[in-house]
Amino acid sequence: MKLLRDTWLVFGRYFGLLIHNPVWIALGVLQPLLYLILFAPLLKPIASMRGFGPGGAYNVFVPGLLVQLGMFGAAGVGFSLIAELRMGVIERLRVTPVSRVALLLGRALRDVISIVVQSLILILLALPFGLSIHPVGIVIVLALIGLIGLLTASVAYAVALAVRSEDSYAPIVFTSALPILLLSGVLLPLGLAPQWLRSIAAVNPLSYAVDAARAIFNDSLGDPSVAKGVAIMVVLSVIAVVIGARQFGRAVA
Amino acid sequence: MVGANPEAVIETRGLRRVFKSRQRQVEAVAGVDLNVSAGEIFGFLGPNGAGKTTTLRMLATLLPPSGGTARVAGCDLATQQDRIRDRIGYVGQAGGSDREITGRTELVFQGRLYGMSTAAAQTRATELIDMLELEGAADRKTGTYSGGQKRRLDIGLGLVHGPKLLFLDEPTTGLDPQSRARVWDEVRRMHDRGTTVFLTTHYLDEADALCDRVAIIDYGKIVAEGTPEELKRAIAGDVVTFSVAGEQRRALDLIQGEPFVREARLENGSVHLYVDRGEQAMPAILRLLDGANLQLLTVELHRPSLDDVFLRQTGRSLRESPA
Repeated sequence: MKLLRDTWLVFGRYFGLLIHNPVWIALGVLQPLLYLILFAPLLKPIASMRGFGPGGAYNVFVPGLLVQLGMFGAAGVGFSLIAELRMGVIERLRVTPVSRVALLLGRALRDVISIVVQSLILILLALPFGLSIHPVGIVIVLALIGLIGLLTASVAYAVALAVRSEDSYAPIVFTSALPILLLSGVLLPLGLAPQWLRSIAAVNPLSYAVDAARAIFNDSLGDPSVAKGVAIMVVLSVIAVVIGARQFGRAVA
Repeated sequence: MVGANPEAVIETRGLRRVFKSRQRQVEAVAGVDLNVSAGEIFGFLGPNGAGKTTTLRMLATLLPPSGGTARVAGCDLATQQDRIRDRIGYVGQAGGSDREITGRTELVFQGRLYGMSTAAAQTRATELIDMLELEGAADRKTGTYSGGQKRRLDIGLGLVHGPKLLFLDEPTTGLDPQSRARVWDEVRRMHDRGTTVFLTTHYLDEADALCDRVAIIDYGKIVAEGTPEELKRAIAGDVVTFSVAGEQRRALDLIQGEPFVREARLENGSVHLYVDRGEQAMPAILRLLDGANLQLLTVELHRPSLDDVFLRQTGRSLRESPA
């Protein structure tokens, strides 16, 4: 099937570029690792507070950290696309019969792989600190973080194709990503939040992904919040891929 | 009617493109009719911003037209974009290769995008590397290439699938004279193999030396079209350019009414005369100026160039237009 073949081809190109610079994978892990070492210990005394949630400091904090990694790890992918626009690469690809969905999906899957590998590294590094998780839980949580990466990368590419310059791209993506992250309770559970903050968070789809991730680390794989979080991310990812692919198909002057 | 000429590789009628920004609308291409026959090298000549690239991008399926119809490589531009993409090659101004990837990898990947197997794409890449004399550079990242090598690779990327129609957008802009000559050779070789080449340029000599036919475009409209010879012949006769000490206007007024002058104008601080026979007009001009006590500073007689064609059609010189 043409879409699969094209996606595989495009994925191969960008995965090759990633493999030649594996240092980016390490750099992506560095920031959450610093949070883990320099920030997470502060949470131990408040882990017993009402509203913090069960499981201890690390089992509550690491899921949020992973969601943050999924989002911030993919938010910057548009920079490389803008560089490619400038080199004429995107125009050259668009003039071939290659599938437009593959142009987006191939790249975004490379980003997903990178994020999943980084997430796995982070989980393994957090285990000595006192994180506990069932192996099946790891698989499910990696799939969830991968979906967040796919969603964010697709949106990031769509924005990059629309604005075509780093100067516009950076403020748009990062100023919108931060409130979305903060309103999802990644740093501290929203159980600690005042009511008005919780009301806003309730309409933030990412907060459902965080709830799902925490439930997974809590070994409650059957909890409805897991299925709900995953389902919301699947739906949003599909929409984002469609929008992103349309941006690849649309000519921009 | 579009589609009437079976020989045509490109046929457009009333092709338009309007760009909208917040305040205003710009009609970058304002109704272009083109007929490009199989096997031609067709040149699109005009100053920057004339609408050359916009037209090219529309024909290469990169930009939807705002109006008009077009057939490209036997297919309708509005409905058969995928089939057009199979049949055309396109080399944009920026080129299209990634600085971090080797030339060979780019060529193989490009072949795979057109549906070739890996083995076939590798064979084709080696063929093109050989043909474009990129053996020494092929396995280096394209970021290390010279301007000429880079441009040859870009052309190779456009030729991977053996298209019958190749679009080249300003193929020699920014190249040194030697690399420029190499690119011209490549274009002629493609032509010899039967490929139709549609190129844009703002270089007069390029259009003149390389193209079988030329269309001159200005402000989104075609102002003249034909073989370079036809276009120059339409000006008829020769061009005499001279300047005098003091007021050029006086010299112009003096000469303008003479029967041998078809047209006269001031341009760039000198007088341009279009005359039937330059060698006969020259002595007469000298006599007249002498009789009026006007001291001649410079005088030049030349056959009309495409610049004279452009000047005649638009009232401006292409050489003065910001490049």
